[in-house]
Amino acid sequence: MPEAVLHVYRGDASGGGLKEYRVPLEEGMVVLDAIHHIQGHQAPDLAVRWNCKAAKCGSCSAEVNGKPKLLCKTRMDALPPGQPVVVQPLKAFPIVKDLVTDVQWNYEVNKRIPPFTPKPNAEWRWKQEDVDRVQEFRKCIECFLCQDVCHVLRSHGRTDAFAGPRFLVRVAGLEMHPMDALNRTKFLKEDAGIGLCNITKCCTEVCPEDITITDNAIIPLKERVVDDHYDPVRMLVRLVTGKKKGE
Amino acid sequence: MAETAHAASREHFGSTSRRDSWWLAPGLVAAGLLLLGGYATWAALQGTHFEFGRYLSPLYSPKIAAPWWPLSPALLILIPPLLFRSTCYYYRKAYYRAFFLDPVACAVGELNRGKYTGETGFPFVLQNLHRFAFYLAFLWLFFLWHDVWDAFWFDGRFGVGLGTLVILASTGTLTLYTFSCHSFRHLVGGKLDCFSCTAAARGRHGAWLGVSALNEHHMGFAWISLVSVCFADFYVRLLSMGVFHDVRLL
Ligand code: SF4
Ligand code: SF4
Ligand code: FES
Ligand code: FES
Repeated sequence: MPEAVLHVYRGDASGGGLKEYRVPLEEGMVVLDAIHHIQGHQAPDLAVRWNCKAAKCGSCSAEVNGKPKLLCKTRMDALPPGQPVVVQPLKAFPIVKDLVTDVQWNYEVNKRIPPFTPKPNAEWRWKQEDVDRVQEFRKCIECFLCQDVCHVLRSHGRTDAFAGPRFLVRVAGLEMHPMDALNRTKFLKEDAGIGLCNITKCCTEVCPEDITITDNAIIPLKERVVDDHYDPVRMLVRLVTGKKKGE
Repeated sequence: MAETAHAASREHFGSTSRRDSWWLAPGLVAAGLLLLGGYATWAALQGTHFEFGRYLSPLYSPKIAAPWWPLSPALLILIPPLLFRSTCYYYRKAYYRAFFLDPVACAVGELNRGKYTGETGFPFVLQNLHRFAFYLAFLWLFFLWHDVWDAFWFDGRFGVGLGTLVILASTGTLTLYTFSCHSFRHLVGGKLDCFSCTAAARGRHGAWLGVSALNEHHMGFAWISLVSVCFADFYVRLLSMGVFHDVRLL
């Protein structure tokens, strides 16, 4: 039976390195299967987080050959044959053990987002065309691959000032909702740090749900922030007409 | 948050576990931008050979009379198109990656340049005014379509030359590039929260869908239009220099 060679990161906060394992290759095998084989036969203490094995829970995020991927959605036969498969934990988050990282920070960011705030006394009816945009954002499985690859967090470590693409997607879903009454442009500018995103689209490249994060969520939000905070003509119009931001 | 990353601390420029040719895309973009940007700059500096008959190079349109300006008129004419392209969301991605190396490619180590401020500090915060460059580019389209109309006339007679098609292609692709702009997508309807609430909003929803369909190809239009504008200038230049003779098709 053909064999696959995997170089899997083993270690914790104090340090670690890649360790080589060999597993029998089976048809249709994904990287998570190979990791489970290692766990079952060679290294029962190998830590990996997973739940659904169906690319829907967002738990098994890691880096395969240097790219942020869901382990359960990455087929072994899609990787270059004859070369070791390198499996490492998400780089942007603190390591717990082996392939498991601490993604708690993301949940803290999520709590800061002003929640859905329905319009008072509104009739609860809307048309499909009003929610088509928002439904794309609802596909998010919170795998945090986009957070991991985003250079603002990954390379520049700006967790102090930037919410990251996943949470800009969430805000887009709220801001564009036909029943939501709140304006979050000030939050986007000052708290979520949308200006730190330089629209280089790595988040879009890695999203396993194919959400067009940059073009459909972040850029439209940037434009809304411009409406309220940078466009001098609109500022003047607001001054003259007394209209509020977001109107 | 606790200190990130067992690995972030180990990052240096180019460090990555990626196995693919991640340097190829930024390399090609840098080469393409240098080549086309280099040609456009050279052509704009010439100040000669930009028209032939009623053909006018798009780099020199609209024709202006500025006796007080000692240099090539293109250096003034090109300010709006340059502002439009340099603040374009696509080109921003392209040059942040290819020239600023920020990031050069996804999941590849960056240069350590101190505190990152993205598009919040000067001058990058000015990117937020892209919509004003769009307004100017929109205006420029009227001049450029006027040039297309002119390119159909030869000694007072309607006709089609190879140059007509070259100028038509340049303005046509520029139009697609302009109308697929993200700022336009926002202004035309993207800013609305409810598309079905009013008759006007329903109309804008249709427009937004159309612009969104174009917007998916914005990168393609950005490149094709850049190539065809440069080519149109090159073609008119060759005709004007007598190196090449226009082919009359009709
Ligand atoms: S487009 Fe913005 S949010 Fe997405 S990865 Fe790039 S910098 Fe981060
Ligand atoms: S937006 Fe995509 S990549 Fe980001 S967390 Fe959601 S599913 Fe994952
Ligand atoms: S195990 Fe659920 S997404 Fe991979
Ligand atoms: S021209 Fe590219 S986004 Fe406006």
